[in-house]
Amino acid sequence: MLVSLFNYWIVIVLMMMGFYIVISHSNLIKKLLGLSIFQASVFIMYISMGKVEGGTAPILEEGIKTYSNPLPHVLILTAIVVGIATVALGLALVVRIHEAYGTIEENEIQEKDNKSC
Amino acid sequence: MITAFVISRSTDLLASIMLTGIFSLLSAVFFVLMDAVDVAFTEAAVGAGISTILMLATTSLIGQHYERRPTRHIPVYALIVVVVTGSLLVYGTMDMPVFGNVDTPVQQHVAPRYLNQSGDEIGIPNVVTSVLASYRGFDTFGETVVIFTAGLGVLTLLGFRRTEHQKNKNVIAAMYPHKILRVIGSLLIPPIMLFALYVQFHGDFGPGGGFQAGVIFAVAIILHSMLFGLAKTRRIFKDRSIYLAAGAGVLLYGGVGIVSMLKGGDFLDYSVLLSNAVSGQHIGILLVELGVGLTVATVMLIIYFNFSGRADHQHEDKT
Amino acid sequence: MLAHAPALTVLVPLLAAPLSLVFVKSRHCWIFCLLVTCASLVLSSLMLGQILDTGTIIYTMGGWPAPWGIEYRVDLLNGFVLLLVSLLGFIVMMAADSSLEKEIDTDKRKFFYSSYLLCLTGMLGITATGDAFNVFVFLEISSLSTYTLIAMGKDRKALWASYQYLIMGTIGATFILIGIGLMYAMTGTLNMHDLSIRLPEVENTRTVFTAFAFFMVGVCLKLALFPLHLWLPNAYTYAPSIVSALIAATATKVAVYVMLRFVFTIFGIEFSFEHMPLQEVLIALGVAGVLTSSIIAIYQTNLKRLAAYSSVAQVGYMIIGFAIGNVTGLTATILHLFNHALMKGALFLAMAGIMYRLGHVEIKNLQGLGRTMPLTMAAFVVGGLSLIGVPLTVGFVSKWYLVLGIIEQGWWLLAVLVLFGSLLALIYIWRVIEIAYFSPPNASTSQVSEAPAMILIPTWILVLGNIYFGIDTDLTVGITSLAAQSLFGVSP
Repeated sequence: MLVSLFNYWIVIVLMMMGFYIVISHSNLIKKLLGLSIFQASVFIMYISMGKVEGGTAPILEEGIKTYSNPLPHVLILTAIVVGIATVALGLALVVRIHEAYGTIEENEIQEKDNKSC
Repeated sequence: MITAFVISRSTDLLASIMLTGIFSLLSAVFFVLMDAVDVAFTEAAVGAGISTILMLATTSLIGQHYERRPTRHIPVYALIVVVVTGSLLVYGTMDMPVFGNVDTPVQQHVAPRYLNQSGDEIGIPNVVTSVLASYRGFDTFGETVVIFTAGLGVLTLLGFRRTEHQKNKNVIAAMYPHKILRVIGSLLIPPIMLFALYVQFHGDFGPGGGFQAGVIFAVAIILHSMLFGLAKTRRIFKDRSIYLAAGAGVLLYGGVGIVSMLKGGDFLDYSVLLSNAVSGQHIGILLVELGVGLTVATVMLIIYFNFSGRADHQHEDKT
Repeated sequence: MLAHAPALTVLVPLLAAPLSLVFVKSRHCWIFCLLVTCASLVLSSLMLGQILDTGTIIYTMGGWPAPWGIEYRVDLLNGFVLLLVSLLGFIVMMAADSSLEKEIDTDKRKFFYSSYLLCLTGMLGITATGDAFNVFVFLEISSLSTYTLIAMGKDRKALWASYQYLIMGTIGATFILIGIGLMYAMTGTLNMHDLSIRLPEVENTRTVFTAFAFFMVGVCLKLALFPLHLWLPNAYTYAPSIVSALIAATATKVAVYVMLRFVFTIFGIEFSFEHMPLQEVLIALGVAGVLTSSIIAIYQTNLKRLAAYSSVAQVGYMIIGFAIGNVTGLTATILHLFNHALMKGALFLAMAGIMYRLGHVEIKNLQGLGRTMPLTMAAFVVGGLSLIGVPLTVGFVSKWYLVLGIIEQGWWLLAVLVLFGSLLALIYIWRVIEIAYFSPPNASTSQVSEAPAMILIPTWILVLGNIYFGIDTDLTVGITSLAAQSLFGVSP
């Protein structure tokens, strides 16, 4: 049983690394990088669920009986697209923040905000 | 996994971005191993391609390649949160169905119908495309709208501030002076576009489809702009026509749905489009994939143009 | 036509969003959007009428039956929330044209309207759908457009607020995605109705427990439950006034709806309340949220920020309402969704009026505004009274049911704490009233005149709504208690 779940655990470790990058780093670009790793690992988790031992890619062909599950693939296609959309918007915000504040470090932005208050 | 660890420690932004790209490529390889070819294709194009380019564009806009690590706080709380979440997830997997098993609910409940009947109901070999564009076509519609929303967002955030003076200026591209690059590059553009069309229409049979095709198509145009200068490309593709085209993609997708409504079916019920249900599905999927491709390609252009257009302004502001 | 109402309610604003980019003049674009939101409102009210007559409406997307395709399943609860969202979407839109004049550059307005419609689409889509993954997709539509809308604020802090919200929101959405994934792994389905049938078979597994936990944390991030509310005050404060009004009146409501849907319909009351420590946790967080954010609100210097903290407190009431676990409490929650939308809508629109004239909403500089902008300030006062829960306003009605629900369970201490929360609300509203009415106008406030009519009219529609539904409670209480009963599985 432990071996069979090993795959998921690796994914969880990856996921948590991404999550850690998001919440611990103060650089705005780094946060977004972490976010994409976090999301990519969730995608891997979904895809793992769809795998069938001995199956092939879900493209119908004569003579093949077992296919992997196409549904997670579809969901993750959607999710990848959503992910890149978020990252693109986030980066655009970072560019604007840099223009407005002259920095992309969370703590420095907060300092500047507190000063102007 | 090691890449991810290095990213978390590294303070060099460029290195982390490249490593994230590698991470994406690795996960694309993993997706191939997991039989998810469509997903792998997309992940390679998006994760390793688009997002890396965007990240790099941002760092060059900002001109800061290193992270200033604050010395004062060691993120213990972050570590605690992560460990707690992680252990909760590990705890959760304890009762997860065994990996790769055929008897799990995921394989047994909904999926068999897609695999066994989509051949008859929709009539195209790539089941992923059938599910994507027809069974769960509404999700894909939503996805197209998400892309459109993001394009709109980037446009509003970065797209304004251009003055007439700057608009008419012909900024010469970095690669323009290199003749060899220019010739080979222009030779490459038509095949890339052809390949995009192939991916667009071959999605029914093999991996591919509107999204991937849109990305590839956009790459061809981006290449053009790198070779001949952004201003020149932007003269061919006017801002207004680009975002209207992005909207048209969404409308094409939605329009197919509305037509099927008018023909007496439900929204996005392609079966009623033609007298024969299966060929109705064919034409429906073809059209909506086209809509997706159009929106994706144009939004990619919006994003790229606005990011690099921003760089030109900043450059000029400084000089 | 009516058969397609569930889909059309969502589709009309969706398809109008790209269309609105065609307009060259922002005024035309606004009129177009007003018509669109109005159409959406008409459709959702027709639909609610139909549900009251014939019961739950099911609409299959693409004609594929449920677990294979995506279905819209609209019952009383989400029919009501749909009506609420489209109603507020329409009323707030009325004020948009005037308010944007001062707050957003002309060439950006068209994109503003398009994003506004997309945001509305996202929220309507989340509410109408009967498919768990579809919730995620539409959640992202509404989130991405909200980030854009917030970032349009004039202050540079708007950018930072938007970025913070983007990070928090995406973490929340990813948590929701993990939760949905785990549920899918255990049941093999994504359809909500199907999930509710198949989950009980596996409900004692650790995986379902984890799925539940992740889902709840994700939704709590989105609905800004204390202590996950940190993104909210900045977002509300620095966004353009119209955006603050829209998201304050609707966004958290939709998140609460999602929570109700998953807790009651999908996981089931038995699982949520008996196998999970949900009740204790939520009540504790709810009370903490009400008290802390009300106290923080008292110390705010910016009016919008004050209202934002008060929103966090109000979310606390909603959470307490359904966590006490009886029909009356749940009725109070659903009722408060609507009532709070009415009062926050009125408050934020009144603030939009003040922003229009003064260009800021710093409380200390509002001296004497009660004399120079009497109608706007009167609207603010009525909204504020409603927030406190004074009789004859909607705020009273929902507080009344909430306290009744708590007393039904016999938790007197909780009832006292809830009432104490109202007292705190009285203090922060009074601070504003005192400055606006009992101090002489200063140099800038003596110059200003009343807010433009197109801001005043929608504000007063909401104010009158506050009073009307505070006196005549048959309609709202009738629908919400039916909805609450059906969630509890009590046949009405």
